[in-house]
Amino acid sequence: MLELRSVGMHFGAVEALADVDLKLGDGEVVGLMGDNGAGKSTLLKIVAGNFAPTSGRVLWDGADVDLSPLSARELGIEAVYQDLALCDNLSAAANVFLGRELSRRLFGVLPVLDHAAMRRKSTELFAELGSDTRAEDLVRQMSGGQRQAVAIARARLSSPRLMLLDEPTAAISVRQIAEVLELIRSLREQAVGILLISHRMSDVFAVADRIVVLRRGRKVTDKPTADSSPEEVTALITGAIEAA
Amino acid sequence: MTGLRRAPQSLWVVLTVATLAGVMSLVSEPFASADNIFNVSRNFAFIGLIALGQTAVIATGGIDLSVGSVMGLAGIVTGLALGSGQPLALAAAAGLGCALLCGLVNGTLVGYLRLSPFVVTLGMLSVARSLALVVSNNRMIHDFGPDEDLVLALGGGRFLGLANPVWLLLVAALGVAGWFRYSRQARYVLAVGGNEVSARLAGVPVARVKLTVYVLSSLLAGASAILMIGWLGAVTNALGQGYELRVIASAVIGGANLMGGEGGAFGAVAGAALIELIRNSLLLLGVDPYWQGAFVGGSIIVAMLVERVRRGRQTTG
Repeated sequence: MLELRSVGMHFGAVEALADVDLKLGDGEVVGLMGDNGAGKSTLLKIVAGNFAPTSGRVLWDGADVDLSPLSARELGIEAVYQDLALCDNLSAAANVFLGRELSRRLFGVLPVLDHAAMRRKSTELFAELGSDTRAEDLVRQMSGGQRQAVAIARARLSSPRLMLLDEPTAAISVRQIAEVLELIRSLREQAVGILLISHRMSDVFAVADRIVVLRRGRKVTDKPTADSSPEEVTALITGAIEAA
Repeated sequence: MTGLRRAPQSLWVVLTVATLAGVMSLVSEPFASADNIFNVSRNFAFIGLIALGQTAVIATGGIDLSVGSVMGLAGIVTGLALGSGQPLALAAAAGLGCALLCGLVNGTLVGYLRLSPFVVTLGMLSVARSLALVVSNNRMIHDFGPDEDLVLALGGGRFLGLANPVWLLLVAALGVAGWFRYSRQARYVLAVGGNEVSARLAGVPVARVKLTVYVLSSLLAGASAILMIGWLGAVTNALGQGYELRVIASAVIGGANLMGGEGGAFGAVAGAALIELIRNSLLLLGVDPYWQGAFVGGSIIVAMLVERVRRGRQTTG
């Protein structure tokens, strides 16, 4: 589905990514790990269309693509960012449907927002996520886990083929971490590909099919989770082992 | 439900208006007279109408300082067109056309070129006022041509006991309230004001949303000016001078958050009512009118303080 070929990214003199290859198929969960500044977020933003790589190629279903936030979304790539990119002043339902509001026709002509339908559908999505988030609550009043549920529900709305999750378990309770991991598994069963950025070793080993480690912008490993171990990954992240 | 959460602010304003009105009717005999109530309601209708548009601008996190000058330009152009013998419909279209142009310039610079709303509309405040001087050559216009009676009736007349501008305000307020509640566009207005970056990521056409609110604000200022020249029976290039402060104060008192993301139609109207009521009360109590600026200016600062307290100290730097 997604393929990166020797992708590089410079910010002025800073080399954020160099010569990175990556393949991700339907229903595959790839855990992307690395220390702060290793290039994980840069890679994610390239796939989401926020950055154009300074070198290398991005392919989707075998064809070269020039990604923008809009075109990435049209291909079926949905990103859930670490800062969650929500509007605090709006309700959960309004955030889930932001940019894709449902409308109905008043008196058969005048298009108006269909609040009831959006509330109903959001409530369904939150129930599927096992979240106690209420559709009408303002995001401002929510816990980290509830905000995460809103962001994931929003991404899920369009039935994406590839979801990019940036630290989805960083700011939430232990119970909700289990729920998010369960959600990732259920997305995989529906053949959704997932690129998961996480600092939490246990989360990555719990759900990822493959593990990719970046160090200083270069890929130092890319292997099935079963063939690796938390110890090895830690050594790769810190540079105690050069590559594996 | 953003509406429910906003309700307390407009509710407090309505309660304040009611209390002040109650006290005034006890201490001042002329206050509760039909004439005075009629005057107060008509006076705040002009401001309230513009405050509706200002509320939408402020809800995007912007501000429109040019509304008073746009009033002046639209009023002068309408007056000149009438004076040259044009029918009211054409003259009003000319005035509204000028207002539309001002709004398009403001909205394009703020939305598409991403310039600061404060600076852009401050510039327009000066440009539009200057253009009003240029086209009027600093003359007062009191000859409204063949449609004079119609113009005077439109702005100065009454219908079922309410001044015509009050009717227009009611219609516009219901329209804007419905827009806030039911339109995708107004949802985008609040999203842009709440978190512009995330709105853009979600595919909201941020620039177009901003253009729309500045155009709305200018058009309402133009409409208010056309009514006002009918009420005054004459127009000078000073029409609307200093109104930006009263308009912004109305919107902010009514619950529009200057940081963006909040605001409602009824709040804007209630805020305008409160300000006019304060002005009227001061006059009836015999306070020197020179003090009015201090009270209006002070009220906007107090509204900000109340907002800060209401929101808790989480946003304090």
